[in-house]
Amino acid sequence: MTPILVAENVSKSFGGHPALSKVSLEIPKNCIYGLLGPNGAGKTTLIRIINQITFPDSGRVFFNGEPLAPEHIATIGYLPEERGLYKSMKVGEQALYLAQLKGLSKQEAQKRLKYWFDRLEIGDWWNKKIQELSKGMAQKIQFIVTVLHEPKLLIFDEPFSGFDPINADKIKDEILELKKKGTSIIFSTHRMESVEELCEYIALIHKSNKILDGKLSDIKKAHKNNLFKVGLQVNGQGEGLIHELQEKFQISNHVFDPLEKQLDFTLKLPSEDTTAALAHFGQKANINHFEETIPSANEIFIQTVKAKGE
Amino acid sequence: MRKLGLIVKREYLAKVRNKSFVVMTFLSPVLMVGMVVLIAYLTKINDNETHIVSILNESRYFRGDFLPGESITFVELNQLSLEEAKDSTILLKYDGLLYIPESINMETAARDAFLFTKDNPVSVVLNRLEELFEDRLRKDRLGRLGVSSEEFANIEENYELETATFKGEQNLKGINELKAFIGGGFGYLIMMFIIIYGGFVMRSVIEEKTSRIIEVIISSVKPFQLMLGKIIGNSLAGVTQFAIWIFSASILLFMALFFMDIDISALSAAPTMSAGSMDVIAPISGTDSDIQKYANELFKIPWLLLLFSFIVYFVLGYLIYSSIYAAIGAAVDNETDTQQFIFPIILPLMLAIYVGFFSVFSNPHGPIAVGFSLFPLTSPIVMLMRLPGGLGEGGVPLWQLLLSIVFLILTFFAIVWLAAKIYRVGILMYGKKPTYKELYKWLKY
Repeated sequence: MTPILVAENVSKSFGGHPALSKVSLEIPKNCIYGLLGPNGAGKTTLIRIINQITFPDSGRVFFNGEPLAPEHIATIGYLPEERGLYKSMKVGEQALYLAQLKGLSKQEAQKRLKYWFDRLEIGDWWNKKIQELSKGMAQKIQFIVTVLHEPKLLIFDEPFSGFDPINADKIKDEILELKKKGTSIIFSTHRMESVEELCEYIALIHKSNKILDGKLSDIKKAHKNNLFKVGLQVNGQGEGLIHELQEKFQISNHVFDPLEKQLDFTLKLPSEDTTAALAHFGQKANINHFEETIPSANEIFIQTVKAKGE
Repeated sequence: MRKLGLIVKREYLAKVRNKSFVVMTFLSPVLMVGMVVLIAYLTKINDNETHIVSILNESRYFRGDFLPGESITFVELNQLSLEEAKDSTILLKYDGLLYIPESINMETAARDAFLFTKDNPVSVVLNRLEELFEDRLRKDRLGRLGVSSEEFANIEENYELETATFKGEQNLKGINELKAFIGGGFGYLIMMFIIIYGGFVMRSVIEEKTSRIIEVIISSVKPFQLMLGKIIGNSLAGVTQFAIWIFSASILLFMALFFMDIDISALSAAPTMSAGSMDVIAPISGTDSDIQKYANELFKIPWLLLLFSFIVYFVLGYLIYSSIYAAIGAAVDNETDTQQFIFPIILPLMLAIYVGFFSVFSNPHGPIAVGFSLFPLTSPIVMLMRLPGGLGEGGVPLWQLLLSIVFLILTFFAIVWLAAKIYRVGILMYGKKPTYKELYKWLKY
């Protein structure tokens, strides 16, 4: 299947300062793609290039296999990080205006708006002015306006900022629902917990370079460092056992609880092979737990950025 | 195109529905007419006031010379001492006391005469009295030289040099000024429109930036479309406001004049007589044939050409300036930061008006006038001041008009292109107050 979006060696600089250096990406169809990176890394520039707000100095972008062109604008939905609405305009009027700018007819826009307003339970806001609404309320309207024209590609830049936890959850469900319907979604954030929850693919951009990309599960596998958390039920002296084990294995952070008679430690193995270690522990004590520690996206993020930064 | 239409419509409605816009639209004519009526009323009151000056004349001279005039009457006091005369003048609340002491001849009497007033004398009174003395003394002096007053009147007669073009058409003095004044009116209108509604465009851009809606919009439309839509929408709102102003102001003025019984002809004469044309028209306007000639000259002004050029210069000039305004709005974050950029825009406009009034009035086809009417940032105003003189021979050469329009169109494209570049970059820049150097850099992004 052709990816929804392909970027090939995209570079962009502003007055000599590079914002993107030869970034290549491939965003598969019908997935949630996390675009991660510290502030000022170049995420927004890349997103603006996809939206044709700015244009790359070099490199090419393909949308659904075709070179990116103005007519694709109508099939992209974009919720920018810096977002707002006309303060003195009425909610309904404004939503209609923005929908029509995306190419919907007035009747169609009205129909769909009604559906979405009911769905998000804001039907009675139609004649209110934006300045009368709270920030979270305005965010809901922005979300609706972004998805209203049923784009093939949705780009959310920090979509949950400004939402309370309940509404953030509601929006998250809507995003998952949109994905289920076949939409491809780019999700730009530096809030890692939402990345773990939502994204199947990620790309990490740092100082204008892409330093990591791929399937989140693959990346996690690649970042495994053969660390295991082990808990043993010890019959006799814990201290003695530790000394003995330390001679054979690489052990750190050990804690012995004399009351529960439990010995906890972190084990680092030279390879993925756990059989030898398990066999050895089994002889010495009861194994309460033996668990591989998989790095969180956050750890990978920090680790990779630090490694590149040095 | 459909999107542009949508933007224009939104901008227009947003402006027209704005409360302060509505208030301004309907309040301004009332204020304007109120002002005119107030001025007319005050002038009327002022004119009606009559000054009374008492005269204590102890000499034999100037008897019967003090005749009551338009705004001044005299009361002769007799058989009073100077002190008594002063007291009674104060008591009767007269404006002053003219004292002419006993004297051996007219010259010394005039020299020793004195005007006593409560504080500084009113200029009308002082001028009138000095005039009276001057006239009487001149007659007396001439009489002593053996010149009769009839002969004197002949000497005083004004001289005027008759002028004509080489073709033999009689020229009218002051017609250049009058024509430039009419053109100046159009030019001034353009300037006002640019300053007021250019500011609208700028504020509207700033509003989009501060409300952070800009990125939402330009992910749907091109920044250039948005800028153009803004300019057109706001200027349509401006035209609406202008039309309402002119329409309602004329109705109100008419009503005010009708009800207050103010002489319309006196008022309508006022504007044409102001500035440079006043001193020239005043002495000639006495004869009917001259008025006829002026009327003929006014009919000769190519009104159609003028109107057509007004529209061309207005549209191009306004588009050039308002796109600069839009670029400024995009470059800054709030209105207080705009000052440093606005001054350089207003400068050429002011220059055009001043150059126009000083240089075009005196010599509509001189090098300065020609230069400024070709230079694109001043031509909308200066060329319109020159155009009432006609096109072709004796007026603006056709090539100058065409060249000025060509320059204006080229500048229009250049400026709109530059402004659009600054606009495109500026709308996405937050939190910075840019310098000119940075603006220059943006052009290369």
